[in-house]
Amino acid sequence: MGCKIYINGISNISPQTDSVFEDQAPLEYETNILPSLKQDYKSFIKPMMLRRMSSAVKMGIFCAKQALLEAEVTMPDAILVGTGQGCLQDTEKFLVNMLNTNEGLLSPTSFIQSTHNTVAGQIALDLKCQAYNMTFSQNAASFESALIDALLQIEEKEVKNILVGGVDEISPQFTGFQKLNAQIKDENLNNLDLFESNTPGTIVSETAAFFSLSSVKRATSYARLIDVQVLNILEPSDLTRRIERFLEKNEIAEVDLVILGKNGDNRYDRYYDEIQQGIFSDKCQLGYKNLVGDNNSVSSYALWLASKILKEKKIPEIFMLNALTCNKPEKILIYNQYLGRNHGLILLETCDF
Amino acid sequence: MSDLHTELKKSIIEQLNLEDMEVNEIENDEHLFGDGLGLDSIDALELIVLLEKDYGIKLTDPNQGKEIFSSINSMVDFIEKNRTI
Repeated sequence: MGCKIYINGISNISPQTDSVFEDQAPLEYETNILPSLKQDYKSFIKPMMLRRMSSAVKMGIFCAKQALLEAEVTMPDAILVGTGQGCLQDTEKFLVNMLNTNEGLLSPTSFIQSTHNTVAGQIALDLKCQAYNMTFSQNAASFESALIDALLQIEEKEVKNILVGGVDEISPQFTGFQKLNAQIKDENLNNLDLFESNTPGTIVSETAAFFSLSSVKRATSYARLIDVQVLNILEPSDLTRRIERFLEKNEIAEVDLVILGKNGDNRYDRYYDEIQQGIFSDKCQLGYKNLVGDNNSVSSYALWLASKILKEKKIPEIFMLNALTCNKPEKILIYNQYLGRNHGLILLETCDF
Repeated sequence: MSDLHTELKKSIIEQLNLEDMEVNEIENDEHLFGDGLGLDSIDALELIVLLEKDYGIKLTDPNQGKEIFSSINSMVDFIEKNRTI
């Protein structure tokens, strides 16, 4: 990507507080399904609107408004959301209602809010924003897909400010299916022990992270987003070559640290092993899913983390996967995959250049 | 306040997710829409479903809605005259 795109505002909601970045002890969970931490939603959303909103919508609007506020943007030129599963809580409510009433009397609210694009739509309604509004659902590459659109929008349409985010919520039926399908670990474990577990599955969670991107750099900008790529099918042996090609395309000789979506699933963590022991063996390696769990748009949390690291020039120890550190983090690569599919690469650098 | 008034208020609070609201906070003659309770068009659809599910009343004329859903009193009055269950 030739254009300059800056991250000017960030916000996230996850099972951890932001103070985990300030080296405060992380929250520990003994369950494999992690809810997000409750927020003061009423400070950003009217109570009469709030009453109908599921977790994803609340988290999405809250983060979107915080990110825009930080970037001092009142009206974005586009709203892009990546969500793998959309508003699952309302989908389940609607389907259960259908079964219970034998397809008779169905509540309109859960039907209206059961679609994937509810979050992006509700953000637009809240902001009264009639600009380009798009939702991307591509499993674990949903957020990356939204980011690619953001890059294209800024490059091709001379758009100035874009709101982009990733959000996914947990719901009882769907996590039940994930458990049956061995996506969630059979045994309950402490989240901080995730990387030591040698069993199939992971811990899942609900998270949201939103970013105010702009073609204009500010004194308070977090980072410059360089490029994003999605690779749908990939063998572990091909990963190094594809990453090298991605870096070469962007004329980046080497990165200072990598943020990996390692999730403790012994069937698929070999993708991360491949580059941890290979191309990035001499680089600082970070992980985050032992703190915030996994879901289809959790790579947005990784972008939040990378943005904080580049702005504050600090790497919190709790995220470190190896003993190597980096005194001056300037270029960061984020790599994530889920079940060996939908591999996402996000490349960003400091704004200091 | 009759049992039906209380029952209806409880159902409305539950069905419309009026979090943090108690039965005694809804006045019997308070407007449900607009300046009163502040309900909107989606709530109107929920109330139509509620009438059919809980009282077996099927609204056939949409123009009736404005009058019936004016207040708790008007809804109770309509339910007492038309309920089938």
